[in-house]
Amino acid sequence: MPEQIKAHITGVVFQIPAKTGDRVAAGDPVIVLESMKMEIPVEAPRAGVVTSIAVQEGQTVQEGDTVAVLD
Amino acid sequence: MLRSVLVANRGEIARRVIRACRRSGIGTVAVYSEADRDAPHVREADRSVLLGPAPARESYLDIDRLLDAARSTGADAVHPGYGFLSENWRFADACARAGLTFVGPPAEAIRAMGDKTEARRLMAAAGVPTVPGSPGPVADVAAAEAAAGAIGFPLILKAAGGGGGIGMARVDRAGDVATAFATATRRAQSAFGNAAVYLERYLERPRHVEMQVFADAHGAVVHLHERECSIQRRHQKLIEESPAPGLDPATKRGLAEAAVAGARAIGYVNAGTMEFLVDASGRFYFLEMNTRIQVEHPVTEEVTGLDLVVEQLRVAAGERLAWRQDEIVQRGAAIECRVYAEDPDKNFLPSPGTIARLDLPGGDGIRVESGVEAGGVVSVHYDPLLLKLVARGGDRGEALARMRGALDATTVEGVRTTIPFLRRVLDHPDVRRGALHTQMVDQGAFR
Repeated sequence: MPEQIKAHITGVVFQIPAKTGDRVAAGDPVIVLESMKMEIPVEAPRAGVVTSIAVQEGQTVQEGDTVAVLD
Repeated sequence: MLRSVLVANRGEIARRVIRACRRSGIGTVAVYSEADRDAPHVREADRSVLLGPAPARESYLDIDRLLDAARSTGADAVHPGYGFLSENWRFADACARAGLTFVGPPAEAIRAMGDKTEARRLMAAAGVPTVPGSPGPVADVAAAEAAAGAIGFPLILKAAGGGGGIGMARVDRAGDVATAFATATRRAQSAFGNAAVYLERYLERPRHVEMQVFADAHGAVVHLHERECSIQRRHQKLIEESPAPGLDPATKRGLAEAAVAGARAIGYVNAGTMEFLVDASGRFYFLEMNTRIQVEHPVTEEVTGLDLVVEQLRVAAGERLAWRQDEIVQRGAAIECRVYAEDPDKNFLPSPGTIARLDLPGGDGIRVESGVEAGGVVSVHYDPLLLKLVARGGDRGEALARMRGALDATTVEGVRTTIPFLRRVLDHPDVRRGALHTQMVDQGAFR
């Protein structure tokens, strides 16, 4: 069952440690956001495979935006 | 006398510097990014220059654009504030090369204190106590064990290539050094791409006490007493006060002498802060030197009655320090609370947004240094500090009571702030009796 991974804060995409097709464990960082001089990982809520990354480095995302999809 | 100062910063510190310039009869140039077009510091300066897009590296951190702005407006000096380029020796050097007066120390002093192991070495050579530790990284387990034996336990393994608490491992017994070394090097490698680690004595529940120093270009060095800054999260201060409650007079004397000796040893000029950790027995250790004006300088201003930023401008212009050591006296007590756009209930996660409402306190002994106003946007691109509340009193009790009232009289809507957390801190019995240490927030004392 695909699950959207959503940003829990507003920030700028700083790094994308995960790639499409990667198998991740619960708690692995999928996207790292930079907000107010802090780097904040958006973590996989459960184990699965990253089926798509919805953002690019440097892009601003709002709280609640989908940043990746997990299957 | 300076003619016109370019303020290479934003927010409350830019406004503070502009105010000091005005008081000194000096012109001001504000700089701003596209995100800060409507910011109060831009309106308050005599002139303003757009630097570039919102990201700091394309605006407030862009040395060439700042120098161009100074040239095009005829500014003859640059005040860096704190953060951004304030501790970048290349910026100080570039200003000097461009014929601009840098309102701060010489580039060489910034460079020496910016390298943390070099700073330790220089301070130790000047007779300033440093935390016992290995002089540099340890190469292998055997070297780590040998260094550990000399330092004593408990100790901490720290990554040489980066900070923020990452890669740190506490060790309580000699038998655990080998395992901790393996863990710390692995973590350091994965976090910083550099496996080097060094050892340092681990201090249990130390206090953070710092000394404000000031030096002129004619050889005078003074201190402006201490600030207690133990209430921190992520190694960043939330509350500062002066005097440090219950600080033993002998310890205080030792700190003052060490701070002045340290500043003198590196040929320091202008305002600076020597940070120390103080253990329960009153022993103190040099932590680092901040070669700029500090966020918390107002508490020192409130207890001494002196204007540190005005003095920065005078000293930068080559004038002698206006104060002799015996004229600098602490009177009463002052405390500062930093109001950040962060959610204290979610581990201080940033909370950018638009300030829908802003009510600020006033009254006897209350000073507000705010970088924001109602309707302003708190951007993801910059530091989350919104404003500082400062309370002064005849004694610590009065300052605390006034601060408690000031927190209740402050309303910020539209973003989450640290205000509810600051209230809990001020209501805590250990804080009220002045029993503070740097691990209180992380240990959950204020949940």
